[in-house]
Amino acid sequence: MSYFKLFSILALSFLLAGCPGTPPMPDPEPTDTTYGGDAGASTSGTGSDPYGGGQMMDDPFAGNEVENVIYFEFDSSEVRAQDQDIVAGHAAMLNSNPNLRVRLEGHADERGSREYNIGLGERRSQAVRQMLMIQGVSASQIATVSFGEERPVAFGSSESDYSQNRRVEFVYPN
Amino acid sequence: MLKKLRLFAALVAFCAVPAHAELVIDVQGIAQPTPVAVVPFGWEGRTAEMPTDVAEIIEADLLRSGRFEPIGEDKMLQKPTDGADVDFQDWSFVGVEAVVVGKVIQTGENAYTLQFQLFDVFGRRQLVGYRMPASRGTMRGAAHRAADMIYEKLTGIKGVFGTRVAYVTAKQQGQGRLYSLVVSDYDGFNEHVIMESQDPIMSPAWSPDSRQLAYVSFEDDKSSIFVQTLRSGNRFRVSAKPGINGAPSFSPDGRKLVVTLGGVDGNLDIHVLDINSRRTTRLTTHRAIDTEGTWSPDGRWIYFTSDRSGGPQVYRVPATGGTPERVTFEGSYNARPRLSPDGTKLATVFNDRGNFRIAVMDLERKDVLVLSGGRQDESPSFAPNSDILIYATRQGRNGVLESVSADGLIRQKMRSSAGGDVREPVWSPFPRF
Repeated sequence: MSYFKLFSILALSFLLAGCPGTPPMPDPEPTDTTYGGDAGASTSGTGSDPYGGGQMMDDPFAGNEVENVIYFEFDSSEVRAQDQDIVAGHAAMLNSNPNLRVRLEGHADERGSREYNIGLGERRSQAVRQMLMIQGVSASQIATVSFGEERPVAFGSSESDYSQNRRVEFVYPN
Repeated sequence: MLKKLRLFAALVAFCAVPAHAELVIDVQGIAQPTPVAVVPFGWEGRTAEMPTDVAEIIEADLLRSGRFEPIGEDKMLQKPTDGADVDFQDWSFVGVEAVVVGKVIQTGENAYTLQFQLFDVFGRRQLVGYRMPASRGTMRGAAHRAADMIYEKLTGIKGVFGTRVAYVTAKQQGQGRLYSLVVSDYDGFNEHVIMESQDPIMSPAWSPDSRQLAYVSFEDDKSSIFVQTLRSGNRFRVSAKPGINGAPSFSPDGRKLVVTLGGVDGNLDIHVLDINSRRTTRLTTHRAIDTEGTWSPDGRWIYFTSDRSGGPQVYRVPATGGTPERVTFEGSYNARPRLSPDGTKLATVFNDRGNFRIAVMDLERKDVLVLSGGRQDESPSFAPNSDILIYATRQGRNGVLESVSADGLIRQKMRSSAGGDVREPVWSPFPRF
């Protein structure tokens, strides 16, 4: 894990400890709208610059946010190798904040029967739950729910849509 | 021969006009639909027109069944409204096998009598005649009931025109979605939204007396099972255990639900829930996904989906507990089992060469018939006469409802004014009068 990433997680944990229930945010510190720069939100300042000759600065943590979604292969509930760091990041955050609660929301693509897909989504959220618990997270910090195919993020019927819908979301309830 | 006609049936299914002659089979094989005449009903009342065109509803029901071809009014040589005036020679000349005549008589401000008679043209006799009270609000239902009696006399099969359908719709609303649980007449009229939520609603199931619906709701971001009484709108949360609460289905006596519970560890198993005491009895303990339980009509078995063999297949277990046994072996995917009310057929969502389609297995002969032709068909549900199924299919990005006769020959798109993505249709039992 890069230092930036670790720092990002720690800073995040610090923030979250102050306000449990807040979903993870990408910025470790409040940013000044003039000089800051948020990786996700694009600010468009085409008017006159009141400070004259100023320049936007890059967010040093851009790209190091803790991802809140991981994706799965067709008919699989195995966490992919490239996503294991993401799960580890959430485990670290939950371990250092025992009061923090996470809800793992499992989802499936639309193919097949709806209630069976609830089962497939649950299998995915349970796989993530097991991985978190192996890394020391208390069972009482984790809730799982499966929405099966009921809450797609992509509404088409191509493999690309399906692969976006086979997912587990980490939700930090308010 | 049969295959060719099935293809034709599939093509016709997408035309606007429902039900065509060539599709109907009789005992020997393929036959023409029976030509019949539904004569415009007479009206004896205080207003210019009767409140509901009863003949039009009966005619539409018979046409939609796919087994009859009502003739146009312009072909009728006489338009009697009383049985005594029927001239069998005229109708024989026109070429219809049966004639329906009737009238609506106003007896009070909101009180009417609907009467009809059905005649066999060749036998020159009345097959059924019936008179029933109606109000403006019940006139449509009374017309469907008349059509049910006519259909049963002519085919020997109980009509389902007086039944209802429940289904779920999902619509975009602002940033989120609005889910609705809807109940309508079988023909799509009289739609009532009985529950709305910004969180998903799933798996509606009728009580055997058709007065209640059980369903799953994700309000508060967790699944719960509710039972709601249609008339009053009152509902009870009957299951809200940790983890998954899903897939409810009523026992034939209406006192229990078979449900899927997942628990904290997310191991989905089949349980029986006593509705009054809320006590649950576990029926399966396998670590695989066990879900979508449904009672056999005789109450002895619970059929369910399990992927204990790898992919999902249908199994059954005695309703009082015991060892599950596998039921489906054809195909790599059989889920969402539903038994026909006569207990002879099993409908599933079936993987047909990469497409999810509705298949029906004859439980005695074990042969499987694929009934639908979509890519993503789901939620088969039998009509109470076991002769028709309703299911959801895709049209563009939205789900729409279709019905198909259990022999696969007659197919209908169902109308829904609710719009949005329509899914999970369930056909009501016969109404109890």
